[in-house]
Amino acid sequence: MIPAEVFLTFILMLSIFLGFELINKVPATLHTPLMSGANAISGITVVGAVSLAGSGHGDLAQWLGAGAVALASINVVGGYLVTDRMLAMFKKKEG
Amino acid sequence: MDNLIQFAYVVSAALFIFGLKQLGSPATARRGNMISSTGMLLAIVAALLDQGIVEYQWIVAGIIVGGAIGAAAARMVQMTAMPEMVALFNGFGGMASLLVGAAALSPGADTFTLVTIVLSILIGGLTFTGSLVAYGKLSEKISSAAVLFSGQQVVNSIIVAAILGSAVMFCMNPDNTLWLFLVIALSLVFGVMAVIPIGGADMPVVISLLNSYSGLAACAAGFAVDNNILIVAGSLVGASGIILTQIMCKAMNRSLSNVLFSGFGSGKTEATEVEGEIKPISVEDAFYVLEAASSVAIIPGYGMAVAQAQHVVKELMELLEHNGAEVNFGIHPVAGRMPGHMNVLLAEADVPYDQLLEMDDINPRMETVDVAIVIGANDVVNPAAREVESSPIYGMPVINVDSARTVFVLKRSMASGFAGIENPLFYKDNTRMLFGDAKESIGGLVREFS
Repeated sequence: MIPAEVFLTFILMLSIFLGFELINKVPATLHTPLMSGANAISGITVVGAVSLAGSGHGDLAQWLGAGAVALASINVVGGYLVTDRMLAMFKKKEG
Repeated sequence: MDNLIQFAYVVSAALFIFGLKQLGSPATARRGNMISSTGMLLAIVAALLDQGIVEYQWIVAGIIVGGAIGAAAARMVQMTAMPEMVALFNGFGGMASLLVGAAALSPGADTFTLVTIVLSILIGGLTFTGSLVAYGKLSEKISSAAVLFSGQQVVNSIIVAAILGSAVMFCMNPDNTLWLFLVIALSLVFGVMAVIPIGGADMPVVISLLNSYSGLAACAAGFAVDNNILIVAGSLVGASGIILTQIMCKAMNRSLSNVLFSGFGSGKTEATEVEGEIKPISVEDAFYVLEAASSVAIIPGYGMAVAQAQHVVKELMELLEHNGAEVNFGIHPVAGRMPGHMNVLLAEADVPYDQLLEMDDINPRMETVDVAIVIGANDVVNPAAREVESSPIYGMPVINVDSARTVFVLKRSMASGFAGIENPLFYKDNTRMLFGDAKESIGGLVREFS
């Protein structure tokens, strides 16, 4: 059995390389939507926060978790919506 | 059930990756964003099935409040204000990771977990306050000039040393929360200290870097709470921000450490001697030149965003094309306050994206251009970057508008650009200055045409 730390670090290493490959192919004209889209993805913290916010312990950790859920939700919802709004404006020349 | 959740995370990671891949072309980008958001929805639903969750009211409340704020912001933000909004969102992401890191602390945590908790707090905290300062500078709520004081490097070094010291103390005595609070407080202070010495024109670098940090903070939080999907998504964002940072630094011919520590744009630079004289032109005369032009290049800069001139620029473009001219836009990578800023503004005004050319594509054709119109750009078209070795921007790749037959520079007054660098372009024989508000000047040209 691989220790969890090694396993997680392995995933980290692979996804960083994958990220470089993917993002290098994004054209300069889309760099602003790329950033706001990345903002939305960084809202993934919400996934880690929900189990803390719903622990039912009523302690400080639960409150911190609830705060994290709210902040990360701003990123997720706001990030995806504003990216969509921008991308809808990019049009090719007609004809 | 736990296996099911983990498999759902695998699927949502695949959706994120596929979504980013689709962002490789403007034609598929919108679909890519949809795919990515589907991945996010799946991950959130899966997370809600976690058996550790016994009550949902705070989760629901958090999602509703956050979602409503996010939706309202996304709807109302002006396209010219995108840099501020992205900066603010970077900050929220950082704060969320800080909170998750702090909440993940439980008695009996092993050293590896403690280190990742400290990392998520540290990166999250400095991203939060750093982004708030960047937001303040970009929205001009605080002065966008670089703030420098003597001994700044020393103060910063002391803060870094103190952060490292308290982080080590915390990992050795996790029960003593004093060290934890010290790490939190110091990382918040450090975020402010790191961004105040950076001037407004260097914001594209800062905002890219903070974008990267917000991802890395999520990554660290993923280690702290043992969650794969946080690590995958966080590192994708981290990589994206680092690449954009590199592109921005390269476009300014400066190293990252030079941007972060030099306080560029605040120091006194010796005035370069420039020969020649300024030749102003009236809107009417500019119109006669443009009417005869068969090839026009428009080079926008931050001034176009400030004047909100993108819509009249598009009108002018249509009239010129109607008149038989070929019109292209030349976009410098650091034009504006964030990567791709000009492209979004012009897309908002319905300029087709295939007419927005990158610097390397427009430069070779500049010699065949009859009229190059520079709108609110200065340093990115400064020939001193090629010609004057003593210039602070020497070596920076610029758009060579001076090789066009005629250059119109739309400018409010003769004040120098950031860092007070003289621009010899204004004194060249083929340059004409069209003074005044960019929106009004172009509006004047549009009226002459119609």
